[in-house]
Amino acid sequence: MDHLVIIGNGISGVTAARTVRKTSKMKITIISGETDHFFSRTALMYIYMGHMKYEHTKPYEDWFWEKNGINLIKGWVEKIDTDNKYVEMKDGRIINWSKLLLATGSQPNKFGWPGQDLPGVQGFYSLQDLELMEQNTAGIDHAIIVGGGLIGIEVAEMLHSRNIPVTFLVRENNFWDIILPEEEAKMINREIVEHGIDLRLATELKEILPDKNGRVRAVVTDKDEEISCGFVALTVGVHPNISLVKNSKIETGRGVLVNDFLETSVPDVYAAGDCAEIIVPGEARNRIEQLWYTGRMQGESVGKTIAGKRTKYERGIWFNSAKFLDLEYQTYGFVSNIPLESENSFYWEHENGKHALRIVYKKENRAVTGINVFGIRMRHKVCENWIRERRPLEYVLTHLRDANFDPEFFKRHEQAVIDHYNKKNPQNKLQLRRRRLPAGLFSE
Amino acid sequence: MQLIQINETELTLSHQKLGTLKKAGLGLVGLGTLFLLLALTGLATNSPVLFIVLSLGLMTGGAFISFYAQRKEEPPGIKNNQIWQKSFTARGSAAWILGVAVTGFYIVLYWFPDLLEHWIRMVDPVAYVLYNGPADQWFLYGFFYTVAILIMGSRMILVKYRHSNYQKIRTASIMFFQTGFAFLIPFVLKALNQPDFYFTYFWPLKYDYLFPGTVDYLLSHPGGLGVFMVFWGAVMTFLATPVLTWFFGKRWYCSWVCGCGGLANTAGDPFRQLSDKSLTAWKTERRMIYSVLVFIIVTTALLWLNSIYSGSVLGSLSQGFKKTYGFAIGAMFSGVIGVGFYPIMGTRVWCRFGCPMAAYLGILQKFFSRFRITTNGGQCISCGNCSTYCEMGIDVRWYAQRGENIVRASCVGCGVCSAVCPRGVLNLENGPRENRFSILNAFYK
Ligand SMILES: Cc1cc2nc3c(=O)[nH]c(=O)nc-3n(C[C@H](O)[C@H](O)[C@H](O)COP(=O)(O)OP(=O)(O)OC[C@H]3O[C@@H](n4cnc5c(N)ncnc54)[C@H](O)[C@@H]3O)c2cc1C
Ligand code: SF4
Ligand code: SF4
Repeated sequence: MDHLVIIGNGISGVTAARTVRKTSKMKITIISGETDHFFSRTALMYIYMGHMKYEHTKPYEDWFWEKNGINLIKGWVEKIDTDNKYVEMKDGRIINWSKLLLATGSQPNKFGWPGQDLPGVQGFYSLQDLELMEQNTAGIDHAIIVGGGLIGIEVAEMLHSRNIPVTFLVRENNFWDIILPEEEAKMINREIVEHGIDLRLATELKEILPDKNGRVRAVVTDKDEEISCGFVALTVGVHPNISLVKNSKIETGRGVLVNDFLETSVPDVYAAGDCAEIIVPGEARNRIEQLWYTGRMQGESVGKTIAGKRTKYERGIWFNSAKFLDLEYQTYGFVSNIPLESENSFYWEHENGKHALRIVYKKENRAVTGINVFGIRMRHKVCENWIRERRPLEYVLTHLRDANFDPEFFKRHEQAVIDHYNKKNPQNKLQLRRRRLPAGLFSE
Repeated sequence: MQLIQINETELTLSHQKLGTLKKAGLGLVGLGTLFLLLALTGLATNSPVLFIVLSLGLMTGGAFISFYAQRKEEPPGIKNNQIWQKSFTARGSAAWILGVAVTGFYIVLYWFPDLLEHWIRMVDPVAYVLYNGPADQWFLYGFFYTVAILIMGSRMILVKYRHSNYQKIRTASIMFFQTGFAFLIPFVLKALNQPDFYFTYFWPLKYDYLFPGTVDYLLSHPGGLGVFMVFWGAVMTFLATPVLTWFFGKRWYCSWVCGCGGLANTAGDPFRQLSDKSLTAWKTERRMIYSVLVFIIVTTALLWLNSIYSGSVLGSLSQGFKKTYGFAIGAMFSGVIGVGFYPIMGTRVWCRFGCPMAAYLGILQKFFSRFRITTNGGQCISCGNCSTYCEMGIDVRWYAQRGENIVRASCVGCGVCSAVCPRGVLNLENGPRENRFSILNAFYK
């Protein structure tokens, strides 16, 4: 019988295992060194904040695995032999496989700063990092976060929940403006400051200084400013975790190199999730997707392939979502941080600075290509359809109500958005359409 | 750098000030509690009004001061910080102490009301205002119950869910129905010498409202009100309940009207995360709650047969039933375990495992309703906040992470899963029934 061995029990590996199990009886083993059971990495912050305990972050109860015939092994794989088709564990155990899936995830980046390995300085990715952070932040009275991305702001929120004063060093001129247009980035700047977090934009880390016991004492910024602290979080992105694969015959680049079917250079060996680098013929740069959603979609796709139905990984129309402190964010399609030559964008922001909507469209035919939305929940399916069907901006605006996904009785902003458009385009005034669904009393 | 240092000190200072204010508020609540306990010893007998002010007054005042401080401290939004780290909300020793105290209160209330004599006398002035008669243990209970819902309901509206209009309006509704229909009206009826009747409780929850004995009694009551009450009870049970549930799901009752749900969703809110989410708990729940419903249906039917055949079927058993069931379900379950165990088992133990009305509404919701919780496409990150904070112990994430809608008999539509979801994945909606269960497209093909 075929034996599928999966290294990594994250969303990619687990989704693949579940997908295989739906159609195949092959033996499945998942190996991971981090935890006994699959847990939600995205929920790590909530454990620190006390919203949940570790056990709540496990998406399946512990009986689930045995019931579905999925073996779990806790431990680290140290060697992959693709000629004789086995992996060797740190404790010496040998596990044979007929198919191997690499789903080893990522590792936090470090850029060689002096002092980056001092006690009290750490990245934030794994459950072990969380435990370390628990120790590292006990009793401190100031923390520094380096790097303004999605993980950085989560760490800021975590520390803030414990009333630990935070200084946030962000290289960019506005928060996350390598992804977000300026208005949205500025909105997040304000959100951060409003929470009492000391945000330092356009500021980089130069070095980290130890105290006499060799523990972190302060950081020095590129402006030669010294800020004392008891804790430094380095959240400057992640890179594929491929140290294990590098010593095997499987080809790697920045990640494990795979084709559109998530097959590696070695037959019967696959890779999915954060660790995979998808070769894109005709594009300058290969794709590495480091998201929960893409991990799930890749896991599903590679699972089908492994189970015998060779399936191309197609991620469909892009979407993502996040929460910046209390500000919810969703994005659909593609919104460039710096406007593209061929595109225009429509932007509305509520005067209270807590709600915003950006719709990007093609100059030539006004077809909508991307949406950013803050402080309003929108319906995934509707936004996706608009983009797929290349609906023009005006169509999207007049049908905005169809996409609203805010809870009942929330203040609706569609009319304000339309008014904003009409003010700018007095010659082409739009009228908001009625919501297309028959609504009960409670839902309008 | 100097400048930033100053800013920070200021920031910490203002935080400290608010921290102190909050503590002061909580201190007043503690002081009020102390006076309340003192009143038990008989100290309040000569000056009941003074003691009401000293106990409940201080508690209310202190609570509102702490609400104010919390509002200033944090911008609106979900802040479940430290819930699983504090003894009080994470089944620690503080939780056990509170659980034992509340359970003790219920035991005394049901079996040793004499011990509460001094409290009952303390609330006499309130009873006199309402119905011009002395208070009894049930008046005391109703009064405390309503005060708890009002204070903790204010916390929901002013602090915890102040960013959510759904939660604000829903909580206001609970407070209204509790104060008006479950407290004031029944006692005003008493003042007017009318039958004891709650307009917001119906068969099968108030199982005896459709028992032949009650119906006979109400019908024979002089004046038209008794007849109206019988009519009201029957219409609510057999017509209004199915119709309203068809449109809105069981939430119209469980999260907007009912006093048991009302207490759970206000005073119980700090404990909602303690419900058991396991599959085993779900199985137990179904077994228990439908047994209770069947039991009540069968009994009601038998009692009617009995009364039609003038006592030849059951003899005097019907009285016996009233007593046993009233004790087992009314006292033991809904009170002692249902509320006393809030800090240990979560808030909706009774609603989930024992309430016959919930069972009836649940069947309607599952099979004859337009209500569902919609999952927003593929946006779920499986974080688990929704499941953790579902007071009914529904593993919401199980459905959300597959992109499936949630249509569960037990969902009371409190809306908290939707509120705590950090990715805006969940939404309570009433809509067309095609594809109500199905993936991604509840409304859109
Ligand atoms: C704090 C944080 C918040 C995030 N929030 C979001 C979010 O909100 N939305 C979003 O889309 N994405 C988010 N992400 C990213 C998302 O979590 C990842 O993209 C996703 O978890 C990757 O899944 P994976 O299965 O590919 O790898 P992982 O989840 O990293 O799983 C890989 C597993 O393999 C194990 N492993 C590696 N090497 C070995 C070995 N040699 N032997 C044994 N085991 C091994 C690792 O220990 C790990 O357990 C977040 C990430 C972090 C760190
Ligand atoms: S599923 Fe959501 S709305 Fe229903 S009871 Fe649970 S938390 Fe409340
Ligand atoms: S809270 Fe939201 S994101 Fe988290 S598991 Fe539930 S539905 Fe998914």
